[in-house]
Amino acid sequence: MKVLVSVKRVPDPDVKARLKKDKSGVDTENLKFVINPFDEIAVEEGLRIKEKHGGEVVVVSIGGKESTEQLRTALAMGADRAILVLSEVPLDSYNVALVFSKVYEMEKPDLILMGKQAVDDDSNQAAQMLAELLKIPQATFAYRINFSQDLKKAEVIREVDGGLETVEVELPAVITADLRLNEPRYASLPGIMKAKSKPLKEISLQELGIGVRPRIEIVELDEPPKRKGGRKVESVDELVDKLHNEAKVI
Amino acid sequence: MGVIAVLGEHKGGKLIKAVFSAVSAGKILSEKTGKELVGVVFGKDVKGVAQEMVEYGLKKVYYLDHPLLKDYTAEGYSSAIEQIDKSIGIDYFIASATTTGKDLLPRLAAKLDAGMASDICEVVSENSFKRYIYAGSIIATVKVNSPKIILSIRATAFPKAEKAGKGEVVDFKVEVEGFKKRYVKMEEAKSERPELPEAEIVVSGGRGVKSAENFKEYIEKLADAIGAAVGASRAAVDSGFCPNDWQVGQTGKIVAPNLYIAIGISGAIQHLAGMKDSKVIVAINKDPEAPIFEVADYGLVADLFKVVPELREKLAKLKAEG
Repeated sequence: MKVLVSVKRVPDPDVKARLKKDKSGVDTENLKFVINPFDEIAVEEGLRIKEKHGGEVVVVSIGGKESTEQLRTALAMGADRAILVLSEVPLDSYNVALVFSKVYEMEKPDLILMGKQAVDDDSNQAAQMLAELLKIPQATFAYRINFSQDLKKAEVIREVDGGLETVEVELPAVITADLRLNEPRYASLPGIMKAKSKPLKEISLQELGIGVRPRIEIVELDEPPKRKGGRKVESVDELVDKLHNEAKVI
Repeated sequence: MGVIAVLGEHKGGKLIKAVFSAVSAGKILSEKTGKELVGVVFGKDVKGVAQEMVEYGLKKVYYLDHPLLKDYTAEGYSSAIEQIDKSIGIDYFIASATTTGKDLLPRLAAKLDAGMASDICEVVSENSFKRYIYAGSIIATVKVNSPKIILSIRATAFPKAEKAGKGEVVDFKVEVEGFKKRYVKMEEAKSERPELPEAEIVVSGGRGVKSAENFKEYIEKLADAIGAAVGASRAAVDSGFCPNDWQVGQTGKIVAPNLYIAIGISGAIQHLAGMKDSKVIVAINKDPEAPIFEVADYGLVADLFKVVPELREKLAKLKAEG
């Protein structure tokens, strides 16, 4: 099975994002960058599918040359090939979906795996848009993925409000990874060495025939007001008293 | 001129409460644009749901009864909405950012060739909206550059619409073809507890709770003693203490109850993103440096295994006394 997996470069999610002084953008100086955590889960799932059913894992990123770092990490985890679609400007979800639809046409994978959302812009849109552009089924928020014997269908258990929902999709399909799908592996040292010689192809948006017209534009950025907290109580009795008599919430 | 359409998501024959927040957002847009506000309800035998929805100040509620729409799929719903659009013209489509809204709306946006803003918390103008990015650390005003606009809304950021006049319900006939997806089943986590996004009180546990058994004994028992919903941090879900459906935060549910009790939760950015709009926040953690204390109105530095049973007993007593 040939699996295409998205890999987005995002600032370390464990560090609180701050704005530049002039509020023109996020201050990324001194920030470490990582693979979007949900994409990392998608890469891991792609690798497990390959290990079980054979095939190939192709990782795809959109961005500047610096995204090579995250693609190499995915190659070090075990992906076979990487494609970097060069774009100097960040694309909105629709244009990301458009890029992936072109890569899909080039690669003709059996399955596209993406993270359920990127933890920088938190849009949670590209995968569903891609499925529609390609007119193929989608299964978002995957908790488990199992394939039929002939590998023509996938049964996906989804994390939904109120519990777990099971759907069956014909392949090719777009599936997005949720938190509990798997625990991504670390790249091994031999993996890291091997990754250096694995193919990484760069393509421009022009070569894909995409002229970007953004549908969403950021017009202003701000930091939300800080919540004032920090008061301490000394005992359960004091806490209960405050909740009852001061905050009056119980 | 097209309409502003709001999805009437329903469960067990009734609208879910988040719909009323989406209707409020629709009303704000209707005032700004002069466009008509309508509802859309899908499923099987859903006329009653449409009748419920139309009492909240909507001009019309279209209901679509079709066997292929009985169980939700993005493929089926979006194709049905496209047909409504062709018939009456939809300029805005709004739904609450539930898992259904999150799954459906981007597909719909691509189908209708529309731009979409996710999880908005404010309507600034007819085409600009505020939304949080970077796990709530930054608030962005985004402009949507397309004739049609799709919006998922953060239910906690909009008031619940009140009953206001009654429009008409319209039986809308759709043609739905089969699609390459089949609904198999839903495993519902049965619970007598209030729903997490709607609860007045939420008791949440984190990594500090240490095990699934402790989670039951300390977090769930406290919640049940005071009629609260149960929440969890991503770390607790990741560690297998509880289901993902209970996750509060950037990639889980957004809540804003009157009282949020965070137990054994350090307060990672991702968690704060889902609960910092709560009215009163209580934090119980043995690490005095835990970032959760910075947002807590009342912080108790203590071993949760010692203080939670005492807290449960005393809050339950208070509750019983009324």
